[in-house]
Amino acid sequence: MVTFQFVPYNDVEDLSSAKRINKLLNIVKDDCIVIMEGRLTKEEEADLIECTMEGIDSRFKGIELSVIYPDKDKQSATRWLKGAFAHLLLGDRQGLTIIGPASIVKKIEKNPDKIELFTKENGRSLARKKKR
Amino acid sequence: MGGFFKKLFKKLGFNPFNRKNTIKLGLYGPPNGGKSTLANRICQDWLGEEMSTISHIAHETREITIKEQVTIKNKKGKELTFSLVDTPGIATKIDYEDFIRRGMKKLDAKKRAKEATKGVVDAIKWLDDMDSVVVVLDATQDPYSQVNITIIGNLQARDIPVLIAANKVDLKKANMDVVKAAFPQYEVVGISAKYGKNIEGFYEQLFKLV
Repeated sequence: MVTFQFVPYNDVEDLSSAKRINKLLNIVKDDCIVIMEGRLTKEEEADLIECTMEGIDSRFKGIELSVIYPDKDKQSATRWLKGAFAHLLLGDRQGLTIIGPASIVKKIEKNPDKIELFTKENGRSLARKKKR
Repeated sequence: MGGFFKKLFKKLGFNPFNRKNTIKLGLYGPPNGGKSTLANRICQDWLGEEMSTISHIAHETREITIKEQVTIKNKKGKELTFSLVDTPGIATKIDYEDFIRRGMKKLDAKKRAKEATKGVVDAIKWLDDMDSVVVVLDATQDPYSQVNITIIGNLQARDIPVLIAANKVDLKKANMDVVKAAFPQYEVVGISAKYGKNIEGFYEQLFKLV
């Protein structure tokens, strides 16, 4: 069985970077796959990798990480403006961040319209697809 | 405010914040992309000696390695001197059992995994010290991996010039078009660090980068 845990943007928006990363990693260490609304900053992503490396032991082998974010170059001007306005008022809720424990998630592949999550369950890969 | 002046002085080619005399050129990328092979190629070509050990098993480079005062020359006779920094491959997962599967003993595999995790942390910490970076990617692999995106995103956030070296173009599976499409805003140069293919083109790009 694979467990997904949704983390709404509201749950992490007021946290400091360190607490946000800690919260996400704790969920992953409980063998859950995190689906977070929005995304981390690039610096936070690097910090997440650092914290992951520091936490690796005989049980925790690391993470698989994938971020889906709308391609701003492909957006119309109106859509971009709407997004920028929403960002200003509500924070950057666009996109989706998926973090899974490496012991469960074999790899996450991104294609333009879908993501494929391959798990290690039962010794065979199981692809789960999510539409963007 | 300091950041603004830093960028301004950098653009003017003068940086009073910088106490270093030589440019630090970092080689970054995921494990087994060919960073150390490229470091060795550069050092062999210009210093006549090797810099790092290489292996088909991932995470062979687990410590930052620096070769000071590497001077390269282009066809016009222009010289470029830099300190070459070879870094451990950045990964999001390290499993000692993968090393055992590659033929290592359990104790050695565990030691390698521990050193590799420290190496990744060090590589990330060193990002701030780089003046320019060559991101070395394996052109036979999917370039859209989050590690690649995170490395390049962090370099962009720090305003560090980036050149992407799509390595292993001697292999049939290599796909330069996919790498170029993944990072359209960056210069991508296809090379084979192992066999020296297009290495001259790579050196020319270094002059533009630094």
